[in-house]
Amino acid sequence: MSPKIDVAFKLNGVDVRTTVSPGMSALEMLRDELHLTGTKYGCGEGECGACTINVDGLSANACLMFAADCHGREIVTIEGLVSDPRTEALKKSFVAYGAVQCGFCTPGFVMQARNLLEKVRSPTPEQIRRGIEGNLCRCTGYKKIVEAISEAAAASS
Amino acid sequence: MSPQPATTGRPAVAPEEGVAAIETYAAPRSLAEAVALLRTGEATILAGGTDLMPQSKTGRARFQRMLMNVRHVPELRGIRGTQDCVRFGALTTITELLDSALVKNRFNALWQAADHFASEQLRNAATIGGNICNASPAGDTLVPLLVFDARVELTSEVNGAAARRTLPLAEFFVGPGRTQRRATELLTAVEVPLPPDGFFSEFYKFGTRPALDISAIAIGFGAVRDGQRLRQVRVAFGAVAPTPIRAAKTEAALASQPLPAAIEPALAAAAADIHPISDIRASAWYRRELVRNVLRRMLNNVTQN
Repeated sequence: MSPKIDVAFKLNGVDVRTTVSPGMSALEMLRDELHLTGTKYGCGEGECGACTINVDGLSANACLMFAADCHGREIVTIEGLVSDPRTEALKKSFVAYGAVQCGFCTPGFVMQARNLLEKVRSPTPEQIRRGIEGNLCRCTGYKKIVEAISEAAAASS
Repeated sequence: MSPQPATTGRPAVAPEEGVAAIETYAAPRSLAEAVALLRTGEATILAGGTDLMPQSKTGRARFQRMLMNVRHVPELRGIRGTQDCVRFGALTTITELLDSALVKNRFNALWQAADHFASEQLRNAATIGGNICNASPAGDTLVPLLVFDARVELTSEVNGAAARRTLPLAEFFVGPGRTQRRATELLTAVEVPLPPDGFFSEFYKFGTRPALDISAIAIGFGAVRDGQRLRQVRVAFGAVAPTPIRAAKTEAALASQPLPAAIEPALAAAAADIHPISDIRASAWYRRELVRNVLRRMLNNVTQN
């Protein structure tokens, strides 16, 4: 019988409490227990970045994080950024540049792009490519994504 | 040696030995508490989780009765320099290595390995202690740490008090995924002596793409330059033996005569130092070719600079 672990943390600015099992990932907790499905399951191995979230101000793969380890931390998911101006700029530019095709990787890309723009206000294309090295897109070929991030940086700086 | 399965060489464990084996979860707040919990040697240690989670999901991790999350143990944090040594707490993340001026200025090969490590998402979570204890033959930080003569500090509870022992990293690894850490011990820190004045170092990792790739081979190199003579030469290889290795024969060949005459003997020596296998990432033949050609390129660069 696997033990139940109580966790309490800040999720998108709100205090939440839930119960998790030891082997559960933060991604499973977010999607299956807390019903926030904007964070996607792509590979489950940290290779694709579709599950990118922000933990204590740093980007992380939710699929590699133990749900139990969320206790006491501040977690932001794509749902928590609806009124964030930088995310809004990214959303507009992703649409304008056709950086969304199937859309599955998009929340992860937006999370990671926002994380990049928080640190580097006007990144070069090379810095953008480096910044999104942990995110895979199988549709666009990245060019449109890099352009969209570049445009969002220009629009919000 | 027979080929190993992909990634870590760990075979699948029986389902009841996977996450189902976990009966309790603990998140100690001090080192004393952590080593006390380890007294019976029945805890699986969780740090960044970036290796443990995928290993658990694919059934390759064997779990103990307790899952112990050490992330709240303050004694395991921080990079501290003393006069002749730097102590990296086991929970130092790869991002913290990358952001450290001390690492960049004095341990270039380690900084380069941190820079080439997976992706930002991974670097923010993965820890140096976890990279060491996971003991992958291809572990990114292990090759430069061998170049810098790192030692690991292991702490356990003996007669109610914390007892430490240290041993050279080169002796710590005993096979893929296997180390000298006893079940009652926690890896608490990595101690790295400051390299001698004038010591330069380089790390080179070969994979099919720059990000998120497990090395087909990795080479760490360091020396003190004296004209075309190399002194205090240290060479380490990753992913070409059951553990990351120091290359004693290669080092001796490079120390015995000046560059560029030392290069061809060093390449021959390297071929004798390594014992690569064929697996999903590369054949043994290809790994040998890579070591020879990449090492030659690195040594040519040293000769010309």
